[in-house]
Amino acid sequence: MKNPVNMPRGLWVKCESCKEILYHKEVRDNLLVCPRCQHHFRMTAEERFDMLFDGGKHKLLFQKVRSADPLGFVDTKSYRERVTAYTRRLGPGDALLVARGEIARRPAIVAAMQYRFMGGSMGSVVGEKMTRAIELCLSRRLALISVACSGGARMQEGVLSLMQMAKISAGLARMRDRGLPYISILSDPTTGGVTASFAMLGDVNIAEPGALIGFAGPRVIEQTIRQKLPEGFQRSEFLLEHGMLDMVVPRGELLDAVVRCLNCFQPS
Amino acid sequence: MATPTLPFLQPIEEVRERLLKLQSEPSSLERDDALAVTKRELEETIESVFSDLTPWQRCQVARHPERPYTLDYINGTMTGFVELHGDRSFADDPAIVAGFAQLEGDPVAVIGHQKGRSTSEKVRRNFGMPRPEGYRKALRVMRLAARFGRPVVTFIDTPGAYPGIDAEERGQAEAIATNLLEMARLPVPIVVVVTGEGGSGGALALGIGDRIMMLEHSIYSVISPEGCAAILWKDQARAQDAASALKITAPDLKQLGVIDEVIPEPLGGAHMDPPTMCRSISAAVRRALKELRRSKTDALLQRRYRKFRTMGRFLER
Repeated sequence: MKNPVNMPRGLWVKCESCKEILYHKEVRDNLLVCPRCQHHFRMTAEERFDMLFDGGKHKLLFQKVRSADPLGFVDTKSYRERVTAYTRRLGPGDALLVARGEIARRPAIVAAMQYRFMGGSMGSVVGEKMTRAIELCLSRRLALISVACSGGARMQEGVLSLMQMAKISAGLARMRDRGLPYISILSDPTTGGVTASFAMLGDVNIAEPGALIGFAGPRVIEQTIRQKLPEGFQRSEFLLEHGMLDMVVPRGELLDAVVRCLNCFQPS
Repeated sequence: MATPTLPFLQPIEEVRERLLKLQSEPSSLERDDALAVTKRELEETIESVFSDLTPWQRCQVARHPERPYTLDYINGTMTGFVELHGDRSFADDPAIVAGFAQLEGDPVAVIGHQKGRSTSEKVRRNFGMPRPEGYRKALRVMRLAARFGRPVVTFIDTPGAYPGIDAEERGQAEAIATNLLEMARLPVPIVVVVTGEGGSGGALALGIGDRIMMLEHSIYSVISPEGCAAILWKDQARAQDAASALKITAPDLKQLGVIDEVIPEPLGGAHMDPPTMCRSISAAVRRALKELRRSKTDALLQRRYRKFRTMGRFLER
């Protein structure tokens, strides 16, 4: 990964979509959306919490859960080294942070992925933290909001990564049985095993504009069918049109949309 | 046989050809002696080749063109198969077969991926790669099974979900996810048998159950060795290394706590002796169903939840 931190920290930033040079603070004040072309920059989990929780106030949960190396996986580098390097640079938490706080003065749990940690890939840690988030919602009767941002399953944990999809989905089945609301927010990109588990299982699925959302990645599809993919294929608006999402909401209106959806399911 | 032989199986093929030639010759004292010797030689050759298969070689056995497919197993283990078609919203997906049958007299629902044998059949079955309507058909039949109190048996053999435009348009991610969620709470016993390739999400969509078994030479993986090699090694030719690193063989999965049981295959693999393979599968599935039937539904579902809840390995500190 050349530039895992999506938003450079200098005084000026260049929009990766319209190439405009922008004043950093102006972008930041605009929830990391380009004021010129409305391109949505990727957010870190902490930035999601700041945006979604009342006053940004939240408490991180399950931060002691850390990656093991169950397969002793080595490709061009060892998995252990990779995880250590990411953790040193980004701090603990792997590719998913879970936090507790209040949204519109009601307690809620937010589970937000971070793409900058190994492409937001889902291994045992992401699966375990997400499942604990669900189980906490079950025991305290809380609403769950997830923010997906992932390249898919973490290959370095092999089939154990695949099984995280099953584990999380089984937890979400219990949310449904107990009548607890779950809102899934999909951001750019949401692909692979994350899409084919919790990202698509929201009682309401909300995507940010222009996000890449799919199961198979566009390159794999192009290689299989040997033709160029149509413009806008696997983007949020495409999925909305094909019935896979409830709404596409610009970041500035996202919190409002979440609150209004939660209100729909609140006991009267 | 028209199918090209895998290089590591070549020694077996050579002896097998000699044996067939001897068998076609008229009986004589000399021939009969040679026949007995060659038979023993064949067994020994198979044994020596198969005692030491690499993960990549197992992967190739799992994909062997003569390997039995789901309909072979249904017909070889069950009677009175009534195949049902269609997801009731879009189409019928021939890459998944589903229906009801009797397993030694006991009614069950049976669902599995289906690959084709001839070229035209392969294309019709999309090489066993389901589209969303396949998963949705499977779920429809599972719900029928639940309504009528029939346990569900699934056979898994797919390279994976179909990476095509239409499959994405119709929401294959949602279809797979919904199956995971619904299978987790389906109120009847589910027994899963991985018979060939357990390819990622397309496999898992039929893979949630109370007992998960793998045939000895089947594989189960988050990504194909070729795909993994292309991404992590930037070189598809490193598939052998990826196959080892990913831990995709039946013994690996048993060790990782993902499956309950490895069903031994006949010497040389399932395709060498399908009737024996069918008997082993039938026995293993019936044994599992007998145990599962003793549980009340709540206990069954609680245990199924725990089973998947405990999958994965991490540290806590």
